[in-house]
Amino acid sequence: MASQTLQSVPAEPSPARHEPSPEDAARRDAEGQAYFDKVMAEDSRIEPRDWMPPAYRKTLLRQISQHAHSEIIGMQPEANWISRAPSLKRKAILMAKVQDEAGHGLYLYSAAETLGQPRDQMMQDLMDGKAKYSSIFNYPARTWADMGAIGWMVDGAAIANQVPLCRASFGPYGRAMVRVCKEESFHQRQGFEILLELSNGTPEQKQMAQEAVNRWYAPALMMFGPPDDDSPNSKQSMAWNIKRFSNDELRNRFVGMMMEQVKVLGLTLPDKDIRFNEETKKWEHGPLDWAEFHEVLAGRGPCNAQRLERRREAHQNGAWVREAAAAYAEKQAKKQAEKVSAA
Amino acid sequence: MSTTPETALPAEETAGHGDINVGVTGASGSGEATASATRITPGNALRPEDIALAVSRGSAKPSEDAAEFALRLGDDALILAQRLGHWISRAPELEEDVALGNIALDELGHARSFLSYAGGLDGRSEDDLAYFRSEHEFRSAALFEQPNGDFAVTIARQFVVSYYQFELYRRLMSSTDSTLAGIAAKAVKEVDYHRDHSAQWVLRLALGTDESRQRMIHAFKVVWPFVDELFHDDELTGRLSEAGAAPQPSSLREDFDRLTGEVLAEAELEVPNVQPTPGGGRRGLHSEHLGYILAEMQVLAREHPGASW
Repeated sequence: MASQTLQSVPAEPSPARHEPSPEDAARRDAEGQAYFDKVMAEDSRIEPRDWMPPAYRKTLLRQISQHAHSEIIGMQPEANWISRAPSLKRKAILMAKVQDEAGHGLYLYSAAETLGQPRDQMMQDLMDGKAKYSSIFNYPARTWADMGAIGWMVDGAAIANQVPLCRASFGPYGRAMVRVCKEESFHQRQGFEILLELSNGTPEQKQMAQEAVNRWYAPALMMFGPPDDDSPNSKQSMAWNIKRFSNDELRNRFVGMMMEQVKVLGLTLPDKDIRFNEETKKWEHGPLDWAEFHEVLAGRGPCNAQRLERRREAHQNGAWVREAAAAYAEKQAKKQAEKVSAA
Repeated sequence: MSTTPETALPAEETAGHGDINVGVTGASGSGEATASATRITPGNALRPEDIALAVSRGSAKPSEDAAEFALRLGDDALILAQRLGHWISRAPELEEDVALGNIALDELGHARSFLSYAGGLDGRSEDDLAYFRSEHEFRSAALFEQPNGDFAVTIARQFVVSYYQFELYRRLMSSTDSTLAGIAAKAVKEVDYHRDHSAQWVLRLALGTDESRQRMIHAFKVVWPFVDELFHDDELTGRLSEAGAAPQPSSLREDFDRLTGEVLAEAELEVPNVQPTPGGGRRGLHSEHLGYILAEMQVLAREHPGASW
């Protein structure tokens, strides 16, 4: 292949004795773009040190940091039930799950940091309300059955979204997703198991399960994002091999999966319009309330204020601890340096 | 007490996950840096379910005294796990959400094992014991139910707990009761990490900023009145000690004082000069906090008695 001669261009020019001329900079950009285009054409990977188009960097930074924020804010609705989990085994599983989410947040912030923004800045943007996170976490977890519905439907939708991201063109993101998806599939299974147990339990338990499925169904479907004809960024993300399937494609596929699984649960989905279209060979669902989606996205959901306040409070309460750790590290480093110079 | 625990389980119980005794003899007093905290041999973890199974098959059956003792340790760990769980999503750093969550999970795992064993006396499950006992039936010491306070108080409480539990479990590994020995052998490795975690934070908070130092000093003052109770001997521990099944709590004190003293000295802190509380948790006499902890923990299970989850 002729394109094999193209080389990666470093994201940062090597330190030069003088400022590169505009011609040099333009040449670097052209060479970088050529390599980037080759990587896209070959469906291969861009790594943090490679040159990349500024818009690609910006898109990824936005997407990965939003994803990280979603993990962190997403801890809250489930943490809400740790203290009241109805058996010790369920308590242990739920604790482990919420802990996994903190871990996912950590790898995703790390992946985003490779694009040049420190975690502190991303956190600050989240607390300032400048950064978005998945709107689903602005709904309240009202009953224990919500732990089941969140695991089965919300994590299920997340998996449908994230499995294709394991092949995302940006290396650190794709690799983080591999690990995240493995854990998410455990999470989905535990959610399914909670609902199955409730559905086969007392009439009150079964009702609790059905009501949770009813409440989380539409918000879970809206996790895939707006319909394709109203999703302006999707096309570019697909061209950059970040996104592999359109929002509607993923959503329809997810509906099909849920239709099979809900039968095993002995529950129903609150949508009488779900059907398999024999002509298109695709699942279809009833209309979704996109006005509500946009309201919640705009900050007017049931828990937006609560979720952000909780994050700010934890951050503020922890400030003196972080300062102490930094001061201690500095003192230790100084001691070490004194020891070395004395020796 | 012997250094090698007796193998009380029949052969079929010593394979796979049922093997409670494997690996017990190897762990040393200081904990092994290379030992996995969650596995007793490769691919072989001692889970609460294994103990429940051994109990239900009748291959592990506690004496009345051992059951009461397991209840004490199980309740300590359960109440602490309940307290620590509150930090998840509220910690000063994401890394601490993970760390405190992990410690809570470890403690919960120990609680489930001890309670499963304790329930073997009269056929109650871990959940029967956790969710359907009243306040006065709990046997935890007062330290475990103390509020989280700020991060320094949580760390001070954890520091005391982990150094105490380490000394206890280290000795319990050579119990003549092989189930207690097995649970302790797994737990001691995990608690060794808890010691490291809390000691590292004691140093950072005590030697960090002026504010963190003041908070750390205050936190130890808050926590220290509850230290003495952990080391009280009573008739039960006397009988268990006689039988080689458990150490006398007072026998742990010297090592506890020495090892915590080393960390406090490095942190330039003194053992707080405070009066001890009389205790009473081992007899069901608790502080005012426990009722609230149980109300929250038990509410859902009690709304649906007999339900399975």
